[in-house]
Amino acid sequence: MKKCLIVDDSRVIRKVSRHILESLAFDVSEAENGQEALDACEQSMPDLILLDWNMPVMSGIEFITKLRARNGGDGPKVVFCTTENDVAHIRAAIDAGADEYVMKPFDHETLQIKLQLVGMA
Amino acid sequence: MTNLSEQIIADLLLEYTGQELTDSRRWRIGSALSGLFRERGLDNVEQLVVLLSEQRDNVLAKETVDALLNNETYFFRDKPMFDQLENDVLPRIAKQNEKQKRISIWSAGCSTGQEALTLAMMFADQPMRWKGWTIDILATDVSNKAIKAARNARYTQFEIQRGLGVGQMLQHFEETSQGWQPDRAIRDMITFQQHNILEPMVRATRFDLVLCRNVLLYFCADTRRRAFDRLVEAMAPDGWLMLGAGETSVGHTDAFIPARKLPGLYRPFEAAEATEEQEGTNLAAAR
Repeated sequence: MKKCLIVDDSRVIRKVSRHILESLAFDVSEAENGQEALDACEQSMPDLILLDWNMPVMSGIEFITKLRARNGGDGPKVVFCTTENDVAHIRAAIDAGADEYVMKPFDHETLQIKLQLVGMA
Repeated sequence: MTNLSEQIIADLLLEYTGQELTDSRRWRIGSALSGLFRERGLDNVEQLVVLLSEQRDNVLAKETVDALLNNETYFFRDKPMFDQLENDVLPRIAKQNEKQKRISIWSAGCSTGQEALTLAMMFADQPMRWKGWTIDILATDVSNKAIKAARNARYTQFEIQRGLGVGQMLQHFEETSQGWQPDRAIRDMITFQQHNILEPMVRATRFDLVLCRNVLLYFCADTRRRAFDRLVEAMAPDGWLMLGAGETSVGHTDAFIPARKLPGLYRPFEAAEATEEQEGTNLAAAR
């Protein structure tokens, strides 16, 4: 079973995302910010990370920059999932090492197709 | 009265498009027409039918039909089908057309344009491979409203990320205040035109490839056979037809034969016969 880490400060988004990802047979864990996510990755590197942009303590962009610089940090597929939906943010995310980008709001089908595009569904 | 009114609406759809609104799909009428009801200040189907009977022009009838049509589509819908096109079909067409360096494609039932744009992106993503080639994509739909939207080519945030990877989105689309717009190089490959698939396609050149996906399923058996006849008339004798997932020509027409080892793809009978001779396959078994 593939492991997915959902990183989002919104409990509602984590719950909705968890529901979708579990239906796609992922073993799901959660983090509320980038620092928690880095700690979780230190313990066990997931196969997929669903990542919000704006979070307290550590933002999504800071998290992915630190993750990719870390030994083994190039392994997980990272899909940004955020309300930041302008080209500048999207390019910044890709430049920082994101594999895909989902603009909120999203639905089951949109997320599933994006995961297929990165070979995760 | 409701059943009679629904029957009148179903007959209207049949007359304009050839599509059947079977009993099991009648429940859609109310929700499909809700926007039109709001625009026209109507409360129900009965009022619409009365208004339709009083209209001298057919504007309201066309609007009603447009509202009933299913315009569901998204980029790279059924991705494995496009992988087959890219890996197996386009190389064969390119070999056939090497001299003229031109490929003609028809997206029949293109809805709001995502299928045609998907095709255009496939070519644009390999600029060296297709350098010097003319790629000519005709995209048609029976719905005026869908064709207007396709020509306008502004996609919402929801539409743009349905099926399209972020890399291709950034490469081929520009963010505008009205939505995401494909760049000119992509748009220039495509001509959008309102057309009913049951009418002959009048055109000087025949199509090397026709995509007609999730259209024929709305037709009854006789109408479907007519549609297959129109498609084969418009195609090059050695052309290719792609149908939607769950659709087939088998049992509906003798004009097409399933392509060998390529699910969802069909060839005009003559082309399949020639392939049989070359490859020693059993065409009777394929039918």
